[in-house]
Amino acid sequence: MAMMRMPGTVQADQQAAVLPPAAHLRGHNPALRALYRITAAIRSNRKATWGFALLLLVCLISAFPGVIAHDSPTAMIYKVSLGPSAKHLLGTTGLGQDMFAQVIWGARPVLLIAFGVGLGATGIAVLIGVAAAYLGGLWDSVLNLVTDVLLVIPLFPLLIVLAGYLHGAGTSVMIVVITFTGWSYTARQLRSQALSLRSRDFLQAARVRGERRLYIVVVEIIPTMTSLIVASFLTNALYAVLFSTSLQFIGLGDPTVVSWGTMLRAADNNEAFQTGQALWIIAPGLCIVALGAALALLNYAFDEIGNPALRPLKRTRARADSSRTAALRPTRSASVKPS
Amino acid sequence: MSSRAEPQPVTAEHALRIGGKLRRLRGGQASAAQDTPIDIAPPPPAGSVLDVRDLSVEYLLESGVVRAVDQVSFSLRAGEFLAVVGESGCGKSTLLFAVAQLLSPPAEITGGTVVFRGRNMVGMTDSALTAIRWKDFSVVMQSAMNALNPVKSIGAQFRDAMRAHGTTSKAEIAARSAEVMRMVGIDPVHLSSYPHQLSGGMRQRSMIAMALLFTPELVIMDEPTSALDVVAQRSLMVQIKELQEQFGFAVIFVTHDMSLVSHFSEHLMVMYAGQVAERGPTRQVFDSPAHPYTIGLMDAFPSIREERRALKGIPGRPPDLARLPHGCRFAPRCPKVMQRCKEEPPELYQLGSIDVRCFLYDPAAPADQGSAP
Amino acid sequence: MTVLPDSLGQPDSPGEPEVPGTPLLRTDSLTRHFKIGNALTRRTLHAVDEVSLSVGNREIVALAGESGSGKSTIARLLAKVYKPTSGEIYFEGKPISSISSRSDQLRYSGLAPMVFQDPFASINPVFRVSHGVLRSVKLHRPELSSRQRYEEALRVFDVVGLTPAADVLQRYPHELSGGQRQRVGFAQALAMRPKLIIADEPVSMLDVSIRIGLLNLMTKLRDEEGVSILYITHDLASARYVADRLVIMYAARLAESGPMEEVLTRPKHPYTQLLLSAVPDPRAPLGVGAETDRGEPPKVIDPTPGCRFRWRCPLAIEVCHTVTPQMEPIGPAHEVACHVAQSGAEVKAF
Repeated sequence: MAMMRMPGTVQADQQAAVLPPAAHLRGHNPALRALYRITAAIRSNRKATWGFALLLLVCLISAFPGVIAHDSPTAMIYKVSLGPSAKHLLGTTGLGQDMFAQVIWGARPVLLIAFGVGLGATGIAVLIGVAAAYLGGLWDSVLNLVTDVLLVIPLFPLLIVLAGYLHGAGTSVMIVVITFTGWSYTARQLRSQALSLRSRDFLQAARVRGERRLYIVVVEIIPTMTSLIVASFLTNALYAVLFSTSLQFIGLGDPTVVSWGTMLRAADNNEAFQTGQALWIIAPGLCIVALGAALALLNYAFDEIGNPALRPLKRTRARADSSRTAALRPTRSASVKPS
Repeated sequence: MSSRAEPQPVTAEHALRIGGKLRRLRGGQASAAQDTPIDIAPPPPAGSVLDVRDLSVEYLLESGVVRAVDQVSFSLRAGEFLAVVGESGCGKSTLLFAVAQLLSPPAEITGGTVVFRGRNMVGMTDSALTAIRWKDFSVVMQSAMNALNPVKSIGAQFRDAMRAHGTTSKAEIAARSAEVMRMVGIDPVHLSSYPHQLSGGMRQRSMIAMALLFTPELVIMDEPTSALDVVAQRSLMVQIKELQEQFGFAVIFVTHDMSLVSHFSEHLMVMYAGQVAERGPTRQVFDSPAHPYTIGLMDAFPSIREERRALKGIPGRPPDLARLPHGCRFAPRCPKVMQRCKEEPPELYQLGSIDVRCFLYDPAAPADQGSAP
Repeated sequence: MTVLPDSLGQPDSPGEPEVPGTPLLRTDSLTRHFKIGNALTRRTLHAVDEVSLSVGNREIVALAGESGSGKSTIARLLAKVYKPTSGEIYFEGKPISSISSRSDQLRYSGLAPMVFQDPFASINPVFRVSHGVLRSVKLHRPELSSRQRYEEALRVFDVVGLTPAADVLQRYPHELSGGQRQRVGFAQALAMRPKLIIADEPVSMLDVSIRIGLLNLMTKLRDEEGVSILYITHDLASARYVADRLVIMYAARLAESGPMEEVLTRPKHPYTQLLLSAVPDPRAPLGVGAETDRGEPPKVIDPTPGCRFRWRCPLAIEVCHTVTPQMEPIGPAHEVACHVAQSGAEVKAF
């Protein structure tokens, strides 16, 4: 499974420039202001807007599946392998289930895994990575060793072994297993960034004014790393989606859970492509792609928001031309120029 | 050394097309309203190596257009030393980059000409620029640690530069590298050192050595001494001056520290908020500064030899270039501000050999102008 | 003629007489070495060697030297970022190495805070500038209520010239200029009611015209708030403007120290003379002996005995190569570590 692009390094300096300042909301509730700035940032960046929209769609679908799809996803009561129709928007599977319902209901487990792993793996990574960097010395060596060992172990085989041992991994098992094997990658990145921040003057200033170490780690260091932490979350979530669906595809998932991965498994078992039921594979496949794309887009977008140097250069012809026209006014004459 | 091509005469086409690659890509179509060339600029003064006229640089930002350099003009003859002085944000570094044709988006030259050895560099194609870069003019950056490749030895970087400009013989490269190192006072044995192994002063000197590889006619320096201590600074300045006298190249030296260049430059140009505030022979500007900003700046230097006295500096901050005041840009901070200063922007007026952008020196104005209330 | 504030002494004044009793800060043979290299090539870098200096009440002492001379290490030793390899630091007469409990440590860091060099890196960019000041007050004066803390923040911002204080407190660091950020640094230090501020090159990264404002602030703090300042710098001109006494360091050792005007008008150490000759002054003609000294201060690694300036010194005599000179008095409150000067001979090096 290819690793996604590493989140770009973001200077702590630019953290303040991450979100546009909401100067006119000064004095209001800080939570509201943060919300305003985040929405402004998302609106301003196209990748963020699309990614966020897609993600929101998937979230809504997984929150209210019954509202959207009225059929039961598991009941094998219909005629098999029907094509799309008004009654079955995506047709039926080779086992007689309504495919549209399956796709809709299948979103929830995937999203739960994505966010569960995202939060869990990132949480552990932050704790271990930042603590290792800041505490230094023996702590750093020990934590580093643990991180490196986990990093070196081939994860996919480990996952297979674990999932097989647990006789079919349901959603919560998936979350635990993938979190346990996946936190080390982002822990290393966070440790690197924390290390580079450690010698920054503002941290020395905090130490010199007498703050305790824990306070410095939690209050002074971590907030300046929010960009990387958000990127870690998105990376881990994406990684979880792809890994979990892969595991389900090879049969290690819980077949009783309706999810996109188990749909793929069932479709493959029933030789969907060969028997002309391509939609059975394509539908869940596209959904996985869509969710993956949403997470990836948000990841790139946060990079760009956090690091202005990465933003695409938009040079609108209209503006460029108007400035040139202004410059074309006579310059060498003795008349007074407008300022 | 490569032979120098005959400088091409200035033609309307060269001197006046407003620059930008985009225009060239569009085939230089002269669409009526936008591409009409302006009246032909008068030819540069005889013997001038560099003649900058009304150069303007703008930053095209999402929030609008910001003019970082506003119609700056100056000219430089062979072997002369021009110091460009100003605070952070006055546009001096942007000016330097514009002259060296090193601007990248969103910064863009939007007006004026930079005529170097008779050819306008604004709007030159990349290949034409590459031909003259480093051979006819070179650039020394502010911090050697940022400009030098940290994973290559100094000698390797000299080699790269020379190969990029046509010198391929190993013997020639080695000989020239050793020669320039000796010129700046470094033992050539350091050619095999990496930048981090050299001290700050030596790194800056190797940057200067690299700039002199092809004995260019013009060397542009952006605060090359700001990271150095006072003794190293002085010795570097003296070295630059010696080399200049020996090889006859012109120097544009950008700095925020006026006193540093007081003994080394012939010409001084003080910039404020993107414009030329005062310009003239160094000694004269120092002995009798005209612009209130220059006076304020000079006053902000505590002296080590004169009698101690309380200094005030210049209260306030330079203006936000996106929100410039009407009238003179220095008016909000000027101790001699008049009503007129707030209403219209001043031109550059001549005061003997100095040009000043201040109404106090407007020859057309009535003798005494009332101060602002 | 401008009226001079009292603090600017007249030229040739001998400076403050030695205060009977303990000075505010005193270092005794302070030394700090670093081990460099790996296990095979272990060597010792001497960052600070046997430095004994003192700072009195209500005075500004300038510690001047080029980069690598050890002055920043001294700042960190004073702030207890490093432990000395040997020697002792006495604050108000008590050795700071004996500070062990957290409350004592906190008290010391409140009495001797540090102001950093880089205005762009010394404030956390994620929080408003009020954050650091409020934390300083909370840690060091826990008896104040939240309202009182805020008022103290307003007061110190006023004192350092960041007005209107209530408005500036709400800003983020990136909305302030370099000079304003340095003032915030001073405000944070002031909020702890310090006796001594350790200012590590506080104006080096600012534009020259902004420096004056901060230098004036420092004299104001000395005069109105009664705070002493150890002003670490490489710029002698600003040191002269603001400080009462001057201490010169070279290659981890002290070279000369004494009242400001005394040292500047009658420098006795050849290195001091070199520094003075190199300071650019537009009003003075360029010294004809722009005999450029191209040397740079050495990195002091496993040094041999002898004066560390001897390779650059035109007056070096035989004893300079074998015996390391110690600081000896040579005038009223004026000490120098130079064999030639101590022998009574005229020192005219640069």
